[in-house]
Amino acid sequence: MTDLANLPPVLAEIAEEFQALDSQSKLEYLIELAEELPDLPEKFQDHPDLLERVIECQSPVYIFVEVDEQNTVHFHATAPRESPTTRAFASIVHQGVNGLTAEEVLAIPEDFVDMLDLKEIISPLRVRGMLGLLVRTKRKVREAIA
Amino acid sequence: MAVELDPHPDFQEFAEPGRLVSTEWLAENLGRDGLVVVESDEDVLLYETGHIPGAVKVDWHTELNQGVLRDYLDGEGFAELMRKKGIKRTDTVVFYGDKNNWWAAYALWVFTLFGHEDLRILDGGRKKWEDEGREYTKAPANRPETDYPVIERDDRTYRAFRFDVAKHFGKPILDIRSPEEYSGERTSAPAYPEEGALRAGHIPSAVNVPWGRAVNEETGAYKTRAELEALYQGEVGLDPKEPTIAYCRIGERSSHSWFALKYLLGFEDVRNYDGSWTEWGSLVGVPIVKSSEPGEAPEPISSY
Repeated sequence: MTDLANLPPVLAEIAEEFQALDSQSKLEYLIELAEELPDLPEKFQDHPDLLERVIECQSPVYIFVEVDEQNTVHFHATAPRESPTTRAFASIVHQGVNGLTAEEVLAIPEDFVDMLDLKEIISPLRVRGMLGLLVRTKRKVREAIA
Repeated sequence: MAVELDPHPDFQEFAEPGRLVSTEWLAENLGRDGLVVVESDEDVLLYETGHIPGAVKVDWHTELNQGVLRDYLDGEGFAELMRKKGIKRTDTVVFYGDKNNWWAAYALWVFTLFGHEDLRILDGGRKKWEDEGREYTKAPANRPETDYPVIERDDRTYRAFRFDVAKHFGKPILDIRSPEEYSGERTSAPAYPEEGALRAGHIPSAVNVPWGRAVNEETGAYKTRAELEALYQGEVGLDPKEPTIAYCRIGERSSHSWFALKYLLGFEDVRNYDGSWTEWGSLVGVPIVKSSEPGEAPEPISSY
């Protein structure tokens, strides 16, 4: 597995935190993260067509990824309240990639998801939804800078 | 029977009216001695975000399965789980959860394998409870440990394995997956692309009634007996007197349909094939059908 040191600082912090927690505390931290996922900016609330569905996730989650003129990545996501795990996954990506450069996002290792150490509490098939989020985000970034 | 049945008129027409409870009934009976409420969800965090007061959580992924052997808990493991959750052998257990009670029905079915007698479902699950603005709490349940006996799991009465399916050919099989999964257009449920199998299609001769058709879309509660009969007995011709096997992708949605056949319609012998399509669709040497038609049943065979 990739070393924590090879992750962008916010993702490294999140992964380190998860690795230090017991199962019950991991659930609580995930809930905290789910609650921290901000609402979509208004422009998307009126334009759901700008959003892309992440079909790897079991619950409807939609993302929007843009790279601005300073080469900074902005990530937005929305997922239903009754799917807190999906919201938590989206929130991790939100906190982890926002403000990074396009190249930094592309360099995030895909085994990052395994580094969160969630296998004990969440079925591996569900955890793969999180990988879907990350892979799609990277693809969007790649498209944006192409 | 620890707690009396819900006399709600909607349930009286069912084969076993006592297997369902209404939200009103549960709200009035919460905290009763001999009644335990169990929440079982797909989303592992939902219970923590708020649950019915006093309800304990049973997680299908981490608590009902064994770690290395791909199987459910054994008798020791189940007894240990029940003791830890504070459930007595004589308790009435009411299950509820997200996704119209998929996982609640699945947990109930697993409890059934251990012969726990009084198992019921909160009709409509989390959704109905929430839509009615009923109370949730974040306080974890705190039930005293119990002394649950070790009961050997019964894998014959309500559970089918792949070799049971092979022997069963010629008798009714119910596939409750989406029409696209059934016909072989796709190997996984539309929203679950990662839970696939190596082949797409269905078990030969299985008829298709997607599980969601058993519930009222708006409330998530089971449909009436007449509607369920029209669906299972009318539309696809199942017979309550004939042994029937139900399956889906991993056995959880079919537990929901199994419950309807067994307790609401009174099917005499209905088993859930929990290996389901993720197993059958990846097994070497078994026949499948790729079509929206059931196809012919092969000759029954004694093993796969």
